[in-house]
Amino acid sequence: MIDDGFRLLPEQASTLAPRVDLLYFFLLGVAVFFTVLITTLIVYLSIKYRKGNQQVDRTPGLSHSVRLEIIWMVIPLVFSMAIFCWGATLYFTAYRPPAGTMEVRVVAKQWMWKFQHPNGRREINTLHIPLGQPVKVAMISEDVIHSFYVPAFRVKRDVLPGSYGSCWFEATRTGEFHLFCAEYCGTNHSRMIGSVIVMEPSEYENWLGGGISKELPAVAGKRLFDELRCVTCHPPNGATGRCPPLGGLFGEEVKLTDGATAIVDENYLRESILRPSAKVVAGFEPLMPSYDGQVDEEQLIQLITYIKSLAKP
Amino acid sequence: MTVIIEPGTTATPDVSPPTKQNYLNAGYTVRSWLLTTDHKRIAILYLLSITFFFILGGIAATIVRLDLMTPQADLVQSETYNKLFTAHGVIMVFFFLIPSIPAVLGNFLVPLMVGARDLAFPRLNLLSWYVYVLGGLFTLYALLAGGVDTGWTFYAPYSSTYSNTYVMATAVGIFITGFSSILTGLNFIVTIHKMRAPGLTWFRLPLFIWSIYATSIIMVLGTPVLAITLLLVGAERLLGIGIFDPRLGGDPILFQHLFWFYSHPAVYIMILPSMGVVSEIIPCFCRKRPFGYEFIAFSSVAIAVFSFLVWGHHLFVSGQSIYAGMVFSMLSFLVAIPSAVKVFNWTASLHKGTISFDTPMLYALGFVGLFTMGGLTGLFVAALAVDVHVHDTYFIVAHFHYIMVGGAVMGYLGGIHFWWPKMTGRIYPEGWARLSAILIFVGFNLTFFPQYILGYLGMPRRYHVYPPEFQVLNVMSSAGASILGLGYLFPLTYLIWSLYCGKHASANPWRAAGLEWQTPSPPPTENFDQTPVVLDEAYDYQRIDSLSVEGGV
Repeated sequence: MIDDGFRLLPEQASTLAPRVDLLYFFLLGVAVFFTVLITTLIVYLSIKYRKGNQQVDRTPGLSHSVRLEIIWMVIPLVFSMAIFCWGATLYFTAYRPPAGTMEVRVVAKQWMWKFQHPNGRREINTLHIPLGQPVKVAMISEDVIHSFYVPAFRVKRDVLPGSYGSCWFEATRTGEFHLFCAEYCGTNHSRMIGSVIVMEPSEYENWLGGGISKELPAVAGKRLFDELRCVTCHPPNGATGRCPPLGGLFGEEVKLTDGATAIVDENYLRESILRPSAKVVAGFEPLMPSYDGQVDEEQLIQLITYIKSLAKP
Repeated sequence: MTVIIEPGTTATPDVSPPTKQNYLNAGYTVRSWLLTTDHKRIAILYLLSITFFFILGGIAATIVRLDLMTPQADLVQSETYNKLFTAHGVIMVFFFLIPSIPAVLGNFLVPLMVGARDLAFPRLNLLSWYVYVLGGLFTLYALLAGGVDTGWTFYAPYSSTYSNTYVMATAVGIFITGFSSILTGLNFIVTIHKMRAPGLTWFRLPLFIWSIYATSIIMVLGTPVLAITLLLVGAERLLGIGIFDPRLGGDPILFQHLFWFYSHPAVYIMILPSMGVVSEIIPCFCRKRPFGYEFIAFSSVAIAVFSFLVWGHHLFVSGQSIYAGMVFSMLSFLVAIPSAVKVFNWTASLHKGTISFDTPMLYALGFVGLFTMGGLTGLFVAALAVDVHVHDTYFIVAHFHYIMVGGAVMGYLGGIHFWWPKMTGRIYPEGWARLSAILIFVGFNLTFFPQYILGYLGMPRRYHVYPPEFQVLNVMSSAGASILGLGYLFPLTYLIWSLYCGKHASANPWRAAGLEWQTPSPPPTENFDQTPVVLDEAYDYQRIDSLSVEGGV
């Protein structure tokens, strides 16, 4: 169960959490130091130079001092640039997943979280993950902007409609942790909460094996690919002349009809299914019809997973 | 500061009622108020209107805080809760904080401080009040007709496609009110450039004028962008033109860029004028020139310039490029420097002063402390990795309330007390005023400090129901809010009381420098009998005090 006792700091349950907290404590130190410094100076000077105190030297001193001004510009500058570098380094880590992450697909909608694990197992509002394994959540929203937030992991990422975004984490403690929607998304925003359950890897494997019948996302994508008759123009060997061969296409750079280039990533594939004429590969005609409205976000993910799985013929 | 100094004025005035004609007794008809072009009367019109909106916004906040006493939803439904926090934000930001010091104190003081008869465009000034009221009426209509639930940030595509509330009426209200801000800013810029009294060079200007000048630049340059953004939301909502909603081919991040390009500088529209007020109050109650006048003046301009370059720090977790995030983070840290310069200079100004602790000074010192805390927690949210954790949590709520309430509102109240004798010709009751200044300071900290802890623990903002472990801190915050609310009721009461029963004020009850004190309280319609000539530097308290001694006080 989620630990709901009174505390002043959130639990640390990811590899990132202690590193963020260290920077937080440093900032806290800086903030306390300057607050105490300014408050003490104000109180001390106010008492010393209070109107009633006639015993104090008030011969006019400096009215300004460029040297002092430079000192109190440079000191905060040094502190803030150090904090900037520290924060930026951690930020870079937080959004750049290491190699070998396990990928969980997330589809958010008003007001629930839908998850799908690599083997096809689905769950809603609860996310089971293994301990000690980097997990990347690749997310998209069906409607408005949501935000995936697990305080115990110190990660947050907005979930946008229309494009995939991701963040990653590696859990360091087993247990149950809050999952919040952090971006206001309408009436039941505050009820769009769930939990992340961190399990020992072996338990996770067991859990993954359970549940109702499931289909590997790439297999489901293949089935959909056939059902939607995509295969007519995009046969496995890719040799119809109507379209660029899909095998091995993912991750490649393609030249477009307008002379620009594009990297074939998930957002490019998604756009090409929903709005095929937006970015047509050079040398091909914009023949493909739009599939907007015919496939939902989860089916799009399956199709993309299938296309990603295709090897060069 | 000027050739016309009144050596006979005292700190404890007990003067007879004004017999001369002044701007208040110049006419008693409704018409004489509603058709006035006198900047002082327009300031009073603004004072009444923003106080009305402050009370409305305060009521919304009170219900929100009451509801948050328990983790469940028990006082209102979620739909209502969302409309309440939206109403609180929209009203407080657009109809109270942004017009507060510029439209009330700025309108009243800018011509007096530069020795002019009125602002450069008096009719435009009256128009800007009417525009403000018209915008306010639209927003009131939206509130009474059923409310808006988008939050004051109007994030698309929720606002443009999904929300079923009165988004357009509110947006139109804010759109219209924006023009009031643009017109006021324009008026100030022209007045400060063209209408300064003979001898009043830029570096003899009161620091309040410098900060109002910097604020005006932001108002004129930033507000049109907000207007465009709201127009685009309208185009998408009413005409279905795809701008922000990806289903229509739009980009939701674009909205955030446009919105914050105005709304981040808007934070400085709220805080810069307060910094100006504090820069007037501290020298007066220390009886000396502020330390580093030029640095305080230029830091206002520096803040205005930097304020336009940091909007992207609201988008650190939104999907903006990582590298853009880094640039915005670094620029955000740079804003800390001019803010720190101001705090250090105000503190250094106390050195070798002759300090008294009248109400305005209590607010000014409270401002410096709370602004310091608000500014330092700004470092936390500018630091990328920490912001990822605290973004959209109560930490942010606490941070910006320290700036906007602990900073901007404390400065506003300090200014209202400082210039109350000038504006009304009456002295407010000092004992009550000091008590309420202390109540507000204590209540404020009790309300918002727990929210820093709540935020770092992970409680998201705009949550109607929340996990039970957050209750203790929420109860503390609500308890503090009750003290804060009480603190605000005191000035509302005794200031009105003082209008009828307060002692009459002399021209210069604080023996303050500045041209506004060289004319009777309340000032005559034409401000000065003859155009003042400025021969000295600003804040020449040494000379004022030596004159008072010679004058036999």
